[in-house]
Amino acid sequence: MAKKLIGDPLDRIDGKQKVTGSARYSADIKRPDMVHGVLVMSTIANGRIQKIDTAETMKLPGIVAVMSHENAPKLAGIDKNKTTEVATDRVLQVFQDNRVHYNNQPIAMVLADTYERAVEGAALVRVTYDVQPLKPELPAGMGKAETPKNLPRIDDQVDTIRGDMKKGLSDATARVEERYRTPTQTHNALEPHALVTFWEGDKLTMYNATQGVSTCQKRVAELFGMPKENVRVITQYIGGGFGSKGTHFSQTILGPMAAKLVNKPVKLVLKREQMFGMVGSRSATVQQLTMGATADGQLTATTHHSITQTGDFDDFAEPAGTITRMLYACPNLETTHKFIRANIGPTAPMRAPGEAPGVFALESAIDELAYKLNMDPLAMRLKNYAETDPHKNLPFTSKSLRECYTQGAERFGWAKRTPQPRSMRDGNYLIGMGMGTTVYPVNRGESTAMVRLNPDGTVQVETATQDLGTGTFTIMTQLAADVFGVSPDQVTLGAGDSKYPEAVGSGGSRTTVSTGSAVTQAAQAVLKKAKKMAYSDKKSPLYAIAEAEIEVVNGRLQLNSNPKTGEPFSSLLKRNGNKPIEETTPSKAGDEKEKYSMNAFGAIFVEVRVDEALGEVRISRMMGAVAAGRILNEKTARSQILGGMVWGVSMALQEHTVMDPRTGRVMNANLAEYHVPVNADIRDIDAFFVEEKDDIANPAGVKGIGEIGIVGSVSAIANAIYHATGKRHRDLPITVDKMLVMK
Amino acid sequence: MKNFDLIEAGNGAADALRLLGTNPAARFIAGGTNLVDLMKYGIENPDTLLDISRLTMTQIEKTATGLRIGALARNSDVAANELVGKQFPLLSEALLAGASPQLRNMATMGGNLMQRTRCHYFYDISTPCNKRAPGSGCGAIGGYNRTHAILGTEPASAATTIQCIATNPSDMNVALSALDAVVQVQGPNGTRSIPLIDFHRLPGNTPQRDTVLEANELITAIDLPMPKMVGKSHYLKVRDRASYAFALVSVAARLAVENGIITEARIALGGVAHKPWRLPDVEQQMVGKQATETTFREAARQLLAGAKPHEHNAFKIELAESAIVRALQTVAAK
Repeated sequence: MAKKLIGDPLDRIDGKQKVTGSARYSADIKRPDMVHGVLVMSTIANGRIQKIDTAETMKLPGIVAVMSHENAPKLAGIDKNKTTEVATDRVLQVFQDNRVHYNNQPIAMVLADTYERAVEGAALVRVTYDVQPLKPELPAGMGKAETPKNLPRIDDQVDTIRGDMKKGLSDATARVEERYRTPTQTHNALEPHALVTFWEGDKLTMYNATQGVSTCQKRVAELFGMPKENVRVITQYIGGGFGSKGTHFSQTILGPMAAKLVNKPVKLVLKREQMFGMVGSRSATVQQLTMGATADGQLTATTHHSITQTGDFDDFAEPAGTITRMLYACPNLETTHKFIRANIGPTAPMRAPGEAPGVFALESAIDELAYKLNMDPLAMRLKNYAETDPHKNLPFTSKSLRECYTQGAERFGWAKRTPQPRSMRDGNYLIGMGMGTTVYPVNRGESTAMVRLNPDGTVQVETATQDLGTGTFTIMTQLAADVFGVSPDQVTLGAGDSKYPEAVGSGGSRTTVSTGSAVTQAAQAVLKKAKKMAYSDKKSPLYAIAEAEIEVVNGRLQLNSNPKTGEPFSSLLKRNGNKPIEETTPSKAGDEKEKYSMNAFGAIFVEVRVDEALGEVRISRMMGAVAAGRILNEKTARSQILGGMVWGVSMALQEHTVMDPRTGRVMNANLAEYHVPVNADIRDIDAFFVEEKDDIANPAGVKGIGEIGIVGSVSAIANAIYHATGKRHRDLPITVDKMLVMK
Repeated sequence: MKNFDLIEAGNGAADALRLLGTNPAARFIAGGTNLVDLMKYGIENPDTLLDISRLTMTQIEKTATGLRIGALARNSDVAANELVGKQFPLLSEALLAGASPQLRNMATMGGNLMQRTRCHYFYDISTPCNKRAPGSGCGAIGGYNRTHAILGTEPASAATTIQCIATNPSDMNVALSALDAVVQVQGPNGTRSIPLIDFHRLPGNTPQRDTVLEANELITAIDLPMPKMVGKSHYLKVRDRASYAFALVSVAARLAVENGIITEARIALGGVAHKPWRLPDVEQQMVGKQATETTFREAARQLLAGAKPHEHNAFKIELAESAIVRALQTVAAK
């Protein structure tokens, strides 16, 4: 059976390597004479290092060096290590001074001939400090919160206001005024951050688990003060990133520094507990929401004030209020963002930064308002449906949220829900159903792709993208295959290496939107050339045929009115010098950004079972309905949505980085105590795509799907718990102790 | 982790003990599911490990009084064993409630008895901990203590402060306590039998000692005596996620009921103290009473009398009461 090229649930092209273990991740790379680095972490949260005593370490056999601020190479581009407008360029702790900004900060690296010796050596390093009082994390210091210079997406305004708030509130017959809190969450991709680096003269090669080979190349070159051409970054496989490998955190620089210091290849793999600080966290938030509506459910006023936190050395503001500006048609609306500075590791993007905590608050508040008005929560949302973007005052390129609500509700069985809280029960369990709107903007950056049509009809694609585990490499072959009408296995992809044409970092759900568009455009340019070759070639059956009348089917150019007239690419190219046709195409957003608002939308429906006496909440059913333009691969795409929804369960019920306020130290820095869901937590989970065609947003016709799954899931769960118990939880995660207190 | 030597510990318990005698600082290792973890975190730093995993102490066999389980029987094998499942389903339930399949495949019965606390401060060598470093203080008191003990934390004398609020993390131990298990131990001077209820200690002024096992002794087996009265049992575990999480509170409950009247009762609590929490007096008082919620709740309150919560774990008092009642109701309904 001929495979459809786009949309089919194709297996990923690297699936076999992954399941058989032959895929070599960054930590699997070996080099001759390679030494192993193990980091030494700070045990205070604020102060200066007085002394690093390495005497005991150096007595061990096999120790090559201990790198610290006392002997680390000075970075020529150290002036670039400052807060910037680029969300992923955070300030790094790379041994350039003796400052300690947070507990569990990297302060030294022990290098040895074996990993075991490096580990033992690291444990023997003795550090004395000049300890300063620490600035604690939220909710402390809220009174001193300051307004950030910018939000991570530079186009997002920090504060906004529209309409007349006073009037909006006085017009309201029902009002919700509540504070919502979300905790710090720590990045815990299955694959820890890992890199193998080596220098050959002034040329640096890095096998690095990164979400951006091109952005990593630039950032490393910038800090070392050298041309980017001297840096090569390779990442063939990544075991999850979720933002933590999008920012090039300190290990990215410390690896090459160590390799320079000892003049040998260096392998550096973070230990799990070392990830609790240096590779980014989702900021805790404290969000104050006020929403007012008329008796028939029309929103009259919304205010959303967010306070988040950033490292005392940094400037990252979790953009929790941005979705509130555009999700509902509310005439009077105000949003603000502030942050506090604390002695914590860098806060940074984590899957749906801003959207995930912000929409939890927004979609909880509108749910509360619906109950106050005795309205069905779904009807309340439909009542305030925004036909155009109320913040930008622009039409949407496409919006199928209404269809997501309807089809999602149908498949979930929303109609079986009885409206009253505590009205559904099964033995010891209270049953609850809740829903939440989910949304994620379409972000597009600049990517370049090279596409080459070979004389044998096969296709080569090259672009410096990377596959986080999402299926990107598979998708890129499908996009090219689609243009030429060939099977994806006729397409070879060169990617995961900065030697290929520059592409965006994979973050903000922008890879397929950006790099996929570049591949599509480059392939289309090649196809155009091939058509021209055909209609200009007297020997071609398509000679002198107008371009518009030539179609491509199964690797063959043919007359669309008479498919028998035509020829395969291979015969055309062989006759014309037997040379490939090649195009390298840069691709970026045009003025559609000024004319339209672009977003993926969806709805998440959840059923929970609550054992009230024991305070336990389990998810019995979860259904996601998402409209995100053209779906290229139903299998990998659905997995993205499901993965996001599972993280929604995690955020709602489990995840919480616990810091001892006396020491600023994370007390659950391991996967036994830092909980994420297991299979048994979620009985039945499903997601589907609502059909949507979007020809305006980008040439690939797609919207990002990497993050939208989490956004609406968190509130849907909290709303389901309210429906089950009649108790409103506004402080995440909703754990057993909180359930019992609220009982 | 400190580098170490690994020595095969011979053919039997006597061999192993003799090797230990020549190197008293060495540690026995079997499944390694806990000890290796502790070594990675720098809590245990042995120079030498004596590998007892090949010793032939893996039997599960009938005895005149019940069942004997070798100290090296794997948790997964015991949980799946037919004799255990038939006669002591409480133990199977508790074993399966613990850890993950991968860990249970490695973990041994003796090792599980010796499992150390999951207290965050015990595990972080940059913080004070009287259990890990006696005299350094308790980080959990005044720190993050949501998972910590509410019972049995009193110091040995009124003159001293509370030394330790860690809990025993094992599910198996809770079931063994309710089953009146007996631990068989061999030392340089012979063998001894220790009732499980006495095997684990309360912290008192020496929280560094989890059990009464001496440093030169080796656990060889666990005996499960057949109960006097035929009854039913249930293991209830409340946790933050449905699997692979330590208990916030757990209950191992066993009841024998005749005509609605309790003839025998056992209740052991996990997640609330330095050892499985059992009060035989409370169990005795239940005998002769009706197997109803009133009786169960009264017993629960007595079990929890004197509970002392800390900043984050007061919820455990109510939770434990509800869990005890629920577990007993579940048994009574069987």
